[in-house]
Amino acid sequence: MSITVKNIYKRFSNFNALNDVSLEFPTGKLVALLGPSGCGKTTLLRIIAGLEQADRGEIWLEGVNASKLHVRERQIGFMFQHYALFQHMNVFDNIAFGLRMKPRHQRSSESVIVKRVNELLELVQLANLAQRYPAQLSGGQRQRIALARALAINPRVLLLDEPFGALDAQVRKDLRRWLRQLHDELHITSIFVTHDQEEALEVADQIVLMHKGQVEQMGSPLEVFTQPATPFAYNFLGTVNRFEGTWQQGHLHSAGDGVHLPHQTLPAGIAEGDSVIAFARPHEVRVVPSCEQLAPHGIKAKIARILAFGPTARIELVRTHEHSSQPEYYEANIPTHEIQQLQLYEGQAVKVQPTRLQVFAA
Amino acid sequence: MSAADTIKVYHSAERYEKNPATREPRWVKYTILSMALGFFGLFLLLPLFAVFTEALRKGFSVYVAAITHPDTLSAIRLTLLASFIALPLNIVFGVAAAWCISKFNFRGKQLLITLIDLPFSVSPVVAGLMYVLVFGIHGWFGSWLADHGIKVIFAVPSIILATTFVTFPFVARELIPLMEAQGTDAEEAAISLGATGWQTFWHVTLPNIKWGLLYGAILCNARAMGEFGAVSVVSGHLRGQTTTLPLHVEILYNEYQFAAAFAVASLLALLALVTLALKLYAERHLS
Repeated sequence: MSITVKNIYKRFSNFNALNDVSLEFPTGKLVALLGPSGCGKTTLLRIIAGLEQADRGEIWLEGVNASKLHVRERQIGFMFQHYALFQHMNVFDNIAFGLRMKPRHQRSSESVIVKRVNELLELVQLANLAQRYPAQLSGGQRQRIALARALAINPRVLLLDEPFGALDAQVRKDLRRWLRQLHDELHITSIFVTHDQEEALEVADQIVLMHKGQVEQMGSPLEVFTQPATPFAYNFLGTVNRFEGTWQQGHLHSAGDGVHLPHQTLPAGIAEGDSVIAFARPHEVRVVPSCEQLAPHGIKAKIARILAFGPTARIELVRTHEHSSQPEYYEANIPTHEIQQLQLYEGQAVKVQPTRLQVFAA
Repeated sequence: MSAADTIKVYHSAERYEKNPATREPRWVKYTILSMALGFFGLFLLLPLFAVFTEALRKGFSVYVAAITHPDTLSAIRLTLLASFIALPLNIVFGVAAAWCISKFNFRGKQLLITLIDLPFSVSPVVAGLMYVLVFGIHGWFGSWLADHGIKVIFAVPSIILATTFVTFPFVARELIPLMEAQGTDAEEAAISLGATGWQTFWHVTLPNIKWGLLYGAILCNARAMGEFGAVSVVSGHLRGQTTTLPLHVEILYNEYQFAAAFAVASLLALLALVTLALKLYAERHLS
């Protein structure tokens, strides 16, 4: 089922949680709402569910305006961050809750409910825990029960608020994979909120990147990661090297250093002499010894540390220039064998040469 | 405090005691212990003991006679009636107020919280007096009530009113922090699963607060049966008609019927003991 969010505004006393957010969530996809804490992602999720009321704007479900529809009529499965399981009910009763609360004329017979709950327990692979109470379950088990409970009412949409937030690292990884598989089986339109970029990149079909109550970018994980639309998107997703300076004759000039890129075209909207911010991922950066003839350009830096464990080595660098109040750090990923070829060592003066730059107006 | 915490505290207390590095000298230990026990004996145990010995001083038959006296039986009936009406009312009001305050945000919430505490902060005598001023012969509604032949002050209705007023905060006060701590997640989950407001309250909220509610109700009941000040002002002390148990004790005592006074007082003391036992039971489940 499709979800459309139109011009949503939400203000909490003196803080703009959502500022003109419009989105279209495709049917049957798993979408991540990604952003730093306080960016409005959970608020948006709660507004879609109806647990929060938007100041302005509309929520459309399946082409029907649902903005005024009561939560219980929206038929949305909502999984809470801390699962909100009913502590006084066992696992079976928790899952059966939504089925048993239906109005009498819609309610299935108890035998049908039992069958449905057992199916769901099979689905989340916890059939042997039906008689346990939430307090007797591990975090991962609780999460799966919460999911089964939300699925029991045959929701049109599944909304998950930080589904992995309360779990430890190992369980998190397993459950991510499991959730992805489950979604591939059920194909129910799902939105989950996360602040963990890795999680979003790994699990989601689509990522909505949010910042300060606005949508920064929406796209597939690959798009969002390789073609970040804004400086914020660049900074937020993955490790990135950031260069500030001015744009002159196809060069980035940064405090006395120049970066020359032969194939770099002038980015749209940037004129000669403008201040710019440029980004390069660690694998888009070369490290060249300073003395080498091949390095007439680049950012002067010093190697702080070389971490050569796997096939790819990580080099941490500190920029060296006179009039800097704050140290600037860079990171480069290069094949480990190149370290020997270039004879790089810690403390060496080098030049950092981006091979590709994404340039934004400052 | 959860059971696990209780065990932890117990263990740490025991550990400190067994460890010579943390153990206090013997004399310190015994001085503090004897002070605490002395205080407990002198101020709590002795009076309780005195009530029962004084009650039985003139023999068991006098005790039974005092308790089965028609005036005493009438006082028991009135006390039970007052608390049986005040208690359900305050359970309903208390739950409703706590639900409002802990699950919703609205203007004047702080004012409502303050108002709930009013019966605690105002002297019971003043509370009684308020009812006299409102419903008494010279009060606001006095003449209207008299015209319609309704008697409130110096009659049973005023006793019930005063009791309800004085015991109002117990349930609400007990539930507000409990419900605030529990938050609204479970309720939101229930509603998102299609439950109505009533179903949510009945199947989700109430089971989560039942022990706190019982605890509040026990305290409320104890106070309702033991209330003296407010009831004394509005009752008029009509023997066999408008005297509750505490008032009846006072009347008997003022008439120098000490054995009878203590016999009736022993009923209230017994009630206190039962309340304590119930309270312990509820507390154990609350944690």
